[in-house]
Amino acid sequence: MRSEYGDDKFNFVKASKPLLTISIVITLLGIIFLAVRGLNYGIDFRSGTSVDISISKSIDKETVEQFLASHDFGEHTLTVSQSRLSIRFKEALTEEQGNQLRTDFVSQLDEQASFEINVVDADIAREQQRNALIGMLVACVGIIIYMSFRFEWRFGLAAVIALAHNAFIVISIFSIFQLQVNLPFILAVLTIIGYSVNDTVVIFDRIRENLRFAKLKTKADLVKLVNRSIWQTLSRSINTVITVLLASGCLFVFGSESIRLFSLAMIIGLFFGAYSSIFIASPLWLLMRGNKLSSKKVKAISGA
Amino acid sequence: MKRIVAFALVVIVMFAVMGFTTPGLLDRTKLGLDLKGGFEILYEAEPLTEGGTVTQESLRQTAKSLEKRVNQNGVGEPEVTPEGRNRIRVKIAGVADEAKLRDLIKRPANLEFRSAQGCSSPTDYCKVELTGADFVEGAARVEFDSFSNPLVSIKVKEKQKLADVSNRLLNQRLAIMLDGELLTDPVVRVPLTDGTAVIEGQETIEEARNLAEVINLGALPLKLTEKYTQSVGATLGQKSLEETVLAGAIASLLILVFMIVFYRLPGFVAGICLSVYVWLLLAVFWLMGATLTLPGIAAFILGIGIAVDANIITDERIKDELRNGKSLTSALRSASKLSFRTILDAHITTLIAGIVLYYMGQGSVKGFAVVLIWSILINFVTNVFLPRFLLHLLVQSGKFNKLAYFGVKESEVRAL
Repeated sequence: MRSEYGDDKFNFVKASKPLLTISIVITLLGIIFLAVRGLNYGIDFRSGTSVDISISKSIDKETVEQFLASHDFGEHTLTVSQSRLSIRFKEALTEEQGNQLRTDFVSQLDEQASFEINVVDADIAREQQRNALIGMLVACVGIIIYMSFRFEWRFGLAAVIALAHNAFIVISIFSIFQLQVNLPFILAVLTIIGYSVNDTVVIFDRIRENLRFAKLKTKADLVKLVNRSIWQTLSRSINTVITVLLASGCLFVFGSESIRLFSLAMIIGLFFGAYSSIFIASPLWLLMRGNKLSSKKVKAISGA
Repeated sequence: MKRIVAFALVVIVMFAVMGFTTPGLLDRTKLGLDLKGGFEILYEAEPLTEGGTVTQESLRQTAKSLEKRVNQNGVGEPEVTPEGRNRIRVKIAGVADEAKLRDLIKRPANLEFRSAQGCSSPTDYCKVELTGADFVEGAARVEFDSFSNPLVSIKVKEKQKLADVSNRLLNQRLAIMLDGELLTDPVVRVPLTDGTAVIEGQETIEEARNLAEVINLGALPLKLTEKYTQSVGATLGQKSLEETVLAGAIASLLILVFMIVFYRLPGFVAGICLSVYVWLLLAVFWLMGATLTLPGIAAFILGIGIAVDANIITDERIKDELRNGKSLTSALRSASKLSFRTILDAHITTLIAGIVLYYMGQGSVKGFAVVLIWSILINFVTNVFLPRFLLHLLVQSGKFNKLAYFGVKESEVRAL
């Protein structure tokens, strides 16, 4: 028995209680923001046109506004950065309008401009939103089933609550800061779900392994076991998060504009993924499993 | 010593193969339109006439005809796929003249019968006698005359109309034009009274069949409306590619350094295996003829993260077992065994998410999912079995007995 773990070191289970409160607060805040301000849907989920222009020389906002005012493209929002212009039109531009925008921009403002134009129709936008939601739910159910099968249902449920928490926190943060939500964002949320389950599974796997040899008499024994399991997997958890954060951090800093928000969502999600595996999933499992223990003395059971 | 040689050989051979094939693989990797410019359009098909229906057959036919039109224009591989009940997705990468091509795709095949009555010259066919709307939809067929020459027959809706026209034009030329181009201008010898007209002059059956198909496209009861379009300029795509590849390279380098500093020998082995992983993924891409897109690259880089995780889980276990006082060989063996289950469960859960994405997603989501799924599968070979094999060779050589090689301090080891 590796008794030196978890007895005198940091007690994760104990620390999880105040942290759980913080999680609940963030979640509530998220709900409020979602209810009041909603998400800042990009054109993938709201019909319209987005135009990204990579420009070879800097053009000030005034000039672009003037240019747009001289055309009849309808309502728009414009963001300008050093080498890039982003224009969002509320309406779906027709093919002719798109071509006109392109040719006129090139002839009037910048000959070397390169364009990305996305036009999304309202039906498709609604459909994509619905598909994304269904996809997430199906993935969650699949994961619960697999985990119940390989471990036991408590592990599955705890893991899914933790991943729902992660996904929700990322969504909340995007709502609070009104960051744009497009298809890549959904990709990010789904990857986060995959990763945070991955994270949780590694810790649960260690708990399962330790349970095999454990003689549990009291709830305190179980707390110790969970703490020990977290300690044993801690350097793996941290190192993995560091490497994956390195990858998404690089994508965020050096990567292309179109996957920048994807990377940002990943970074937030990965951080909370590691956090929730330790401070939410494991204590939750303990809570569910512990109640069983206090009612009657159970022998150690192994999951698989 | 023998094992060190074996290790060196395996590594050298792998890197030689990779070094030799990588340039070719990179060349042959198909890039998506977001990386080299191009456009994607999702069309929704509707029946032209009210109360009509869009059948799978007509949708497939339309997709085929669209593809043909694009191909005729000589642009590189278009991807035209029917989707769902009534949609067609067209993806074309690397187009120079987008506007022209889009116009060509949309343009209905406009069939006209014209005559030169009242025109300036006998070959200036200015008078439109019959238009596409006068013909029965989808009824163009390849037939053969008595000399077995192929010809295309078309049917009119009202027999009388054709009969009138042919009567009036008896012994004059009737021009058959498709999209304003003259196909043939035969002289009308007899009045056409049975409601059928034929277009002669097809050299081969293939040619006749093509013509019939083009005519049928124009006559198909499908109206295409653009529901979603994405168009990326070549320069912008190129820039995205460069930026993303740069980000990937920097990330890989950082991860490599991190692994070697933290895990020493196993970290070094992990580095080798990660290179093999990237190479193999590229190879699979080439074998499948898959197209690499921006979401694909994102999944690729995240796949590297998962691959590193598999190594970290194993290497951490090795450290653990060594600290518990096990010998190198037995530490390696039990670490391999114990970590395998963890890695398996972790990978399968991610795989579930990937598969769900693949089946539920469309467009970019699907592109992401494909790469994610393959990453996980390839991971098993390159980052679960390969590092084990390499580490066994190294450990059994007896040259790397010091615990420091595994990032473990002597003082951390407990007596059994």
